[in-house]
Amino acid sequence: MSQPNPSGHAAAGNDDAMHEHHGSLRGYLTGFVLAAILTIIPFWLVMDNVIHNRPLLVFIILALAVVQIFVHIVYFLHLDTRSESGWNMMAFIFTAVLVIIVLGASIWVMYNENVNMMPMSPQYQHHPIGGPSAK
Amino acid sequence: MSTTAIDAAGTTPPEFYCREEAPPRNGTLLGFWIYLMSDCFIFASLFACNAVLGNQYAGGPTGAEVLDLPGLALNTALLLVSSVVFGFAMLEMARRRKGAMLGWLALAGVLAAAFVGLEIHEFLGMIAEGAGPGRSAFLSSFFTLVATHGLHVTLGVLWLIVLMVQSIRFGLNEDNVRRLRCLSMFWHFLDLVWVGVFSYVYLIGVLR
Repeated sequence: MSQPNPSGHAAAGNDDAMHEHHGSLRGYLTGFVLAAILTIIPFWLVMDNVIHNRPLLVFIILALAVVQIFVHIVYFLHLDTRSESGWNMMAFIFTAVLVIIVLGASIWVMYNENVNMMPMSPQYQHHPIGGPSAK
Repeated sequence: MSTTAIDAAGTTPPEFYCREEAPPRNGTLLGFWIYLMSDCFIFASLFACNAVLGNQYAGGPTGAEVLDLPGLALNTALLLVSSVVFGFAMLEMARRRKGAMLGWLALAGVLAAAFVGLEIHEFLGMIAEGAGPGRSAFLSSFFTLVATHGLHVTLGVLWLIVLMVQSIRFGLNEDNVRRLRCLSMFWHFLDLVWVGVFSYVYLIGVLR
């Protein structure tokens, strides 16, 4: 922007769309190498049965997936606070929060429902309706 | 020598506010990004379904019995390479080298088509084994999620073909550049979703 811009914020996002950054070769290759490493590790862990502690293994796989998703966002989707005046980032943060709520709450609620309800558990099947086991 | 700002302020009253909203000049890309974010919700719901129903086998096959990890590794590699290759095409587009761009785009499209082909092959194999989407809640959620992703990739390939034809016929004009940048986001986004699919649905699915 060559002209003075007293309001200070109108210039953001008005760069020529044809010349916005498309990433660079180095960026794509860095992203590719990181993504490949972050893909190979969980495949290796599962296919070669490296870790026998199952909760730990699940946690590691999920953590690597989250890291890889951020690698994709940064190196392939080029999300940063400057693109589209920051609205891309705002939309992304909003979405991320809601996705975490949708996933987390669904899993939490349904897990508790499964644990507490157990509709066809054998120990309850032989009690008559309204019998002494009603809790 | 005085500054231009002071000169301008002396002759015309300064404006300290915008009279109109100043949207990004290319609002399409922001709009497309918001579409992708809404697509996240579709996938988040399907992931939540899979998380809840993933161990409801109804006496049918478990994840460890039906999921094919070597095939998955190949599919994952195809999609990741396709995503990077599409990035190379975008770099060539920025340099206005249409031929090179079309070459990379074609390669990206072939890799994605191979991905879809392998996935359909896997689905048909599972259905032939009696592990179709109607067998159990686990398989219903599996097929819905993975096939929704596969459908996205299929439509992406069709979109890619259309844009390649457009670029050949009309050149890299402003419209085509904008469309290709939208498709680029779509392409990378689908690879991002696939990270969740292979990590959660497959790798954790076989551990259940």
